[in-house]
Amino acid sequence: MVLKVFFPSCCSSAESGILIGRWISEQNSAVILAVVHFPFIPVQVKQYLSEVQRVTKVSVSVLGSWNNSKQEKEESLSEFLEDLGTIFSHEPWIQISKEGDSKFWSCSTLQKHSNNPKEEEIILVYYDQRKVMLSHLHPPLDTATSTDHKADDASKLSAIFDTVAKSRILFMTDRYDDGPIKLTHWQSDGVEASIIVELMKQASVPVCMLLTFLLSLISGICRSRVLKFWPLSFLWSKLSTCEQLGHRLQHLQVIISNKKAQNQTQLMRKANIFVSLLIDVALGILLMSWLYRKNRIGHLADTLIPVADHVAEELQDLLQWLMGAPAGLKMNRALDQVLGRFFLYHIHLWISYIHLMSPFIEMILWYVGLSACLGLTVALCILSDIIALLTFHIYCFYVYGARLYCLKIYGLSSLWRLFRGKKWNVLRQRVDSCSYDLDQLFIGTLLFTILLFLLPTTALYYLVFTLLRLLVVIVQGLIHLLVDLIDSLPLYSIILRLCRSYRLAAGVKFRVLEQQDGKPLRLLMQINPLSYSSVVQTYRLPTYSCYPKDSWTSLCKKLFLGELIYPWKHKGEKQD
Amino acid sequence: RRRQHSASCRELAVRCPRLQLRSLSAVTSAVWLAAYGLFVLSENSMVLSAAIFITLIGLIIYLHFVKIDQESLLVIGSLGIQVTSSYASGKESTTFIEMGQVKDVVINEAIHMQKVIYYLCILLQDPGDPQRVSEVVPLFQSSKPRLDCLIEVYKSCQEILEQRKTAPQSS
Repeated sequence: MVLKVFFPSCCSSAESGILIGRWISEQNSAVILAVVHFPFIPVQVKQYLSEVQRVTKVSVSVLGSWNNSKQEKEESLSEFLEDLGTIFSHEPWIQISKEGDSKFWSCSTLQKHSNNPKEEEIILVYYDQRKVMLSHLHPPLDTATSTDHKADDASKLSAIFDTVAKSRILFMTDRYDDGPIKLTHWQSDGVEASIIVELMKQASVPVCMLLTFLLSLISGICRSRVLKFWPLSFLWSKLSTCEQLGHRLQHLQVIISNKKAQNQTQLMRKANIFVSLLIDVALGILLMSWLYRKNRIGHLADTLIPVADHVAEELQDLLQWLMGAPAGLKMNRALDQVLGRFFLYHIHLWISYIHLMSPFIEMILWYVGLSACLGLTVALCILSDIIALLTFHIYCFYVYGARLYCLKIYGLSSLWRLFRGKKWNVLRQRVDSCSYDLDQLFIGTLLFTILLFLLPTTALYYLVFTLLRLLVVIVQGLIHLLVDLIDSLPLYSIILRLCRSYRLAAGVKFRVLEQQDGKPLRLLMQINPLSYSSVVQTYRLPTYSCYPKDSWTSLCKKLFLGELIYPWKHKGEKQD
Repeated sequence: RRRQHSASCRELAVRCPRLQLRSLSAVTSAVWLAAYGLFVLSENSMVLSAAIFITLIGLIIYLHFVKIDQESLLVIGSLGIQVTSSYASGKESTTFIEMGQVKDVVINEAIHMQKVIYYLCILLQDPGDPQRVSEVVPLFQSSKPRLDCLIEVYKSCQEILEQRKTAPQSS
């Protein structure tokens, strides 16, 4: 079978020595991790390797010899290297030699216990050690579901990636250290570290403890019994701002917890939440500074009352139009007047309420605007809540109209059944035939006729107010969609994909390098990064709200029957 | 166009028809004529600059995301098969399929509108369940080579895949 040797590209210029790495026999491939230089004592090398094996649980062993001769071929050295094969018994013993500065190396294997002396073909694959060590291989999403085969058929590539990633401890010492072993690997050119990162790591521990303490205080206050009394708890559940604040608090708790992240996904999630919070707060502060400069918030408060007045006037005009002959339809005069006057009085109440509040609006708005520093999402939620409060009268009208219409429809359907001589059997939940008395039939028919002829009027009012309510709901829904987007976008992962794309790998790609006859095939293995859409899909943060749970047909059915619709239900709310 | 690197590695590349100057100039002049007509109607010079902007952006998007220049197949025995498509702007998108997942490479027929077309595809298998074909990956989607070209590619692939079947029995 073909023998594959994975050679780190950083070791191409190393001095002669022996190769250590991992031999994967199922795939007939050797992953070389480092080169040990002369002088060394074989016993110490074996000791060191067994220690490394114990710590990393990767079976590292001596795989072969590496001969980098600057001048002509040195016979003694190559013989010495062959003799080493007898000391470190490994099958097969790989010998790679490089002459001068040529790019083409000769690679041969020595098999002591093989039956057939056939010449094996060797493929030399170069890989960038640092990038492979840092990257995280993402399997394609559909294969992730079949977990029962994972243990046996782990893909070849993930075995290689795992090997390099777990051997981090091997890369701690290099040839400039004074130990018994001198290694060459990717860190031989100097151990990489950054002072800022180290300082931040040291400083983060006390900061985290302080924040945990503060957070436990705040959540203790929130959970206290005082806030759980009925009117207040109802209010909290209706205001979306409180939901958003609770959500963010949860996020903070996740970041600040002292436990180290177990695996890659948890680490990415923590990082995503952290970056998302940071950007949110930064945008919020930006918004706040823009609002408070030139006293824009004062202007906003000043225009709020006239806008509310204008809306109320428009509604009054609408009702006057409905009370007349809207769109040429002829309404029932008496019912029309009753309903119209009722709604007009309601609007009058609303306008007086707004005028009562007007001196305090500016102050309230000023303080509420300060809370935008908690984040842009909080500011958007506040906006959505303000819209809901200002259009409360439209919501009330919708509820009145819907209830009236609903009553009418139910009455009509039950009297229609009476027309046909049937009745709704509550026990058996079905329609049964029933014999009615004459006076029951008479009254039933009268009522049916009355309701039927009053239907167009109520239906029109219902239609108008439902449309208005839907408009408000759509606006609120768009705002919530935006908040959701900001909440769930994995910004850290996207930035990582942009700047250090080798850390999120979807696979590898091979490039064929220059060849020469008689020498082994040379390939370069590079990391194929994940596409942006799969990055977003894999690392999305979960959000608290769910999308409209009714499909379009059930929505239309509810509208037709006059049932109240609550399109934006939050997860965790009990269904009535 | 094929290149053989060694006994167990082959690279096969198919080239797509290039972007035609005629069609490019036709589309550009149509867009600009429409913009000029709008300008005459509305007397707003923004229409013209918007049209130029749209043409440029559209061309860049087309070259970078849509127009494929060359598709190639790199078969490395005992490692896997790599499918690369390179776009007109130089972008390359690669997929590597490991040998353990490849069941076979076959030529399939499909009935498309009023004619029968042949296409080459790779049959993938789930490593735990070698009998079932889990996915079919069609190759050379944009360059659509004809049957004689496909047969040549098929023969090369089969030579390498056969080595894989005979190798475990010998060692």
